[in-house]
Amino acid sequence: MKFAHIAVALLATVALAHTPARAELDDVKKAGVLKVAVPQDFPPFGTVGPDLKPLGYDIDVAELLAKELGVKIELVPVTSANRIPYLTTKKVDLVISSLGKNPDREKVIDFSTAYAPFFNGVFGPAEQKVTKVEELAGKTIGVTRGSVEDLEITKVIPASATLKRYEDNNGTISAFLSGQVELVATGNVVAAAILAKNPPKRPEVKFLIKNSPCYVGLNKGEPKLLAAVDAAIAKAKADGRLAKISQKWLGAGLPADL
Amino acid sequence: MAYQFDFVDVFKYTDVLAKGIAFTVTLIGVGGTLGIAVGIFGAWARGYSRMKWLDWTVGAYVELVRNTPFLIQLFFIFFGLPSLGVKLTELQAALIAMVFNLGAYSTEIIRAGIEAVPRGQLEAGASLAMSRLQVFKHVVLRPALQKIWPALTSQLVIVMFGSAVCSQIAVEELTFAANFIQSRNFRAFEVYFIATGLYLVLAILLRQGMRGLGNWLVFGRRSP
Repeated sequence: MKFAHIAVALLATVALAHTPARAELDDVKKAGVLKVAVPQDFPPFGTVGPDLKPLGYDIDVAELLAKELGVKIELVPVTSANRIPYLTTKKVDLVISSLGKNPDREKVIDFSTAYAPFFNGVFGPAEQKVTKVEELAGKTIGVTRGSVEDLEITKVIPASATLKRYEDNNGTISAFLSGQVELVATGNVVAAAILAKNPPKRPEVKFLIKNSPCYVGLNKGEPKLLAAVDAAIAKAKADGRLAKISQKWLGAGLPADL
Repeated sequence: MAYQFDFVDVFKYTDVLAKGIAFTVTLIGVGGTLGIAVGIFGAWARGYSRMKWLDWTVGAYVELVRNTPFLIQLFFIFFGLPSLGVKLTELQAALIAMVFNLGAYSTEIIRAGIEAVPRGQLEAGASLAMSRLQVFKHVVLRPALQKIWPALTSQLVIVMFGSAVCSQIAVEELTFAANFIQSRNFRAFEVYFIATGLYLVLAILLRQGMRGLGNWLVFGRRSP
């Protein structure tokens, strides 16, 4: 009982000591620094380069936003598990960490407009004319066993199509590149990894299975910062800078619906 | 205990498991038969034929197979050969890899049997005016196989377990079935427990089958 009391007292002290300033737009501008949580273990969105500096799609977007806001950037490496706590405890102003939107997260934080495409789909070379799942009839499709795309496509695939399930993404990629399967169902990030190696067979997106684009995460109650981020993203979309980032890291421009 | 065992979740996938067993039995049935045939030829070439070039060729094959991992051989055939325009289905690739692999190991096992046949026995065959091939067929092969039958049986069981690796190229054999079910219901203990049991049964059946086959073909314990 005594221990519990002490713990509560301690927690209260910590909470009082850490009454953080609101990271609203004005505060960011006053500090002159935008603190952004970025991934460092999730290529091509965020990795660590040979000079130990973070680089990737998310880092480029973070730098773009800082430039638009007219402040300096401070990158804070996070993992996918701690990226939202970093934001809610105000250690960072924004999370740009390939964050997808879902109702549970929307209860805790706000989201900007989407800044990066992230989806599972069916990919194949240009000569494969497939636009929807029904047209997979008679085709052989490779997929990584147990992945989201495996579970989703298994439900809807025509009976005459053959689904070949491989142990991991490398198996799926090898099967596609060696022609053992005509198409692959996988994520756009995996397709980008194949494209980056300039293979003879280029996996182009045929149709989407599940779309979950990436959003910038912000703390709730910061409408001015949110508006500024949205405006910056809209501007970067309009002038093609975002498409350039997408081309650079994902090997494909922005999809029309982003 | 916190973990609730649920085998019913696995029995929903009985058809997947049945298909897996069928594939594994096919692999070991066809692959084993052809592999031993290759082995008999290889053993003849190395231990009996007296043709130096054939001895060396088969020797090189044996060394190549026995000094590289089965998984690499399988990947080379399935993922590598299409670059040369040789495209095989996963079942064909798996069977070829198994025959290729078992052929080399059984070559050496059977050759050991051939070399254990006493010289006098060969001379006895020759003195009966048999050709060398006749001597091989009637005087050498059967006693050779008798000597190494248990070793050959063990090798077959090893190759059957090795066929689990074929799940890597999406052959839907027993291990593939187990992995597939596990990726759907995450019942790792139950799934692999059942798969272990099934492999155990298959191995025992294979040994019994080899014993019966040996009694019939090799040991001649029935009237010819």
